[in-house]
Amino acid sequence: MLITCPYCGPRDVSEFAYQGDGNRTRPDPASTDGDAWHAYVYERLNPAGPHNEIWQHAGGCRAHLAVIRDTVTHEVSSVRFARDHGAPAHVRRKSGAKA
Amino acid sequence: MVEQLSPLGQAFRPGSHGNFANGVGVTLSEIAPGSIVQAAAWPGSEKKMMAAIASVTGLKLADGAGAGAISERHAAFGFAPGKFLVTDVFEGLAAALAGQVGPAIGTATDLSHGRTAIRIEGPKAEWVLGKLFAVDFEQTAFPIGSGISTVHHDIFAQIQRSGADRFDLYVFRSFARSFWKMLCHAADEVGYEVI
Repeated sequence: MLITCPYCGPRDVSEFAYQGDGNRTRPDPASTDGDAWHAYVYERLNPAGPHNEIWQHAGGCRAHLAVIRDTVTHEVSSVRFARDHGAPAHVRRKSGAKA
Repeated sequence: MVEQLSPLGQAFRPGSHGNFANGVGVTLSEIAPGSIVQAAAWPGSEKKMMAAIASVTGLKLADGAGAGAISERHAAFGFAPGKFLVTDVFEGLAAALAGQVGPAIGTATDLSHGRTAIRIEGPKAEWVLGKLFAVDFEQTAFPIGSGISTVHHDIFAQIQRSGADRFDLYVFRSFARSFWKMLCHAADEVGYEVI
C-alpha cells in the first residue's frame, strides 16, 4: 500500500503511523456531557468503504495527514495535510496511547 | 569545541572490500562536516527562513518539497514542510543562522554532534541505496541538490543528492555504526572502497 504524502510523494505504508479515526471530534475538555465523551472515546463508524483517517508520515517529513482510505480495497483516494484544516486535538496524544 | 570522535569506530576500515573484480562500484566515506543544523520555520515564515539560509550560506533554495542546493562549503535542503537541513564544512553555522533567525521566524538547532554524515559515490550508488530504501533514486525523480527524509526500518535517514552519482546520508549518530555496517554489506556485491 502506498500513501502519497503531499510533501514527500508516494511512499511505502511502512513509513507511516496510523493515528486513528479522522471522524472524531473531541468535546471541550471542560464538557461534562457524558454522551459526547462516550461518542468520542468509543463510537466508530467502521465502514466498508471510504474512511477518514489520520496518519503521520513518521518515517519521513513527520507531517500529520488526513487520508481517505477505502477499508475494502486499501485504495487511498485523498491525502492532505491535517493542519490545513486544523489537526484534530486527538492526534496530539502521547505516542503509545490507544487509538 | 570538543574534538569529535567518529561513531563508526572500528567498523570504518579504509581500503577495498567485497567483490571488486569488475571495478569498484561505490566509494564510501564519512564526510564529517563541521556543522549540521536543522532550521525550522513557523508556518508562514518559510520564505524568511529560506532568505536567512541564503544570507548565511549563499545557497538559494527553490520553492517546492525537497528543494536544495550545494556549494563547496555548504549544503542545504528541505526535508519536511518548513524544515531544512543545513551544513557547513566549518563549525559555527548554528550561531550564524541563529543570528539571522529570530524567534518570530523559527528555530535553528545545532545537530553537529547528533548526526553522522556518510557519503556514497560511484556508478552503483543509486543501485545500492535502492536496496535499502523504498524511494526512487533516478536522477529525474531525485535531482542534484534535492533531499528527502526516509527510514531504513527504524533508522531515520535524510539523503541529499550532491552529484550525479553521489549521495550524502545523514543518520542519527547512535545508529551510525550499525547503518554503516549495513551499507557495507549492501555494497559488498558491487565492490566498495572506504576512504
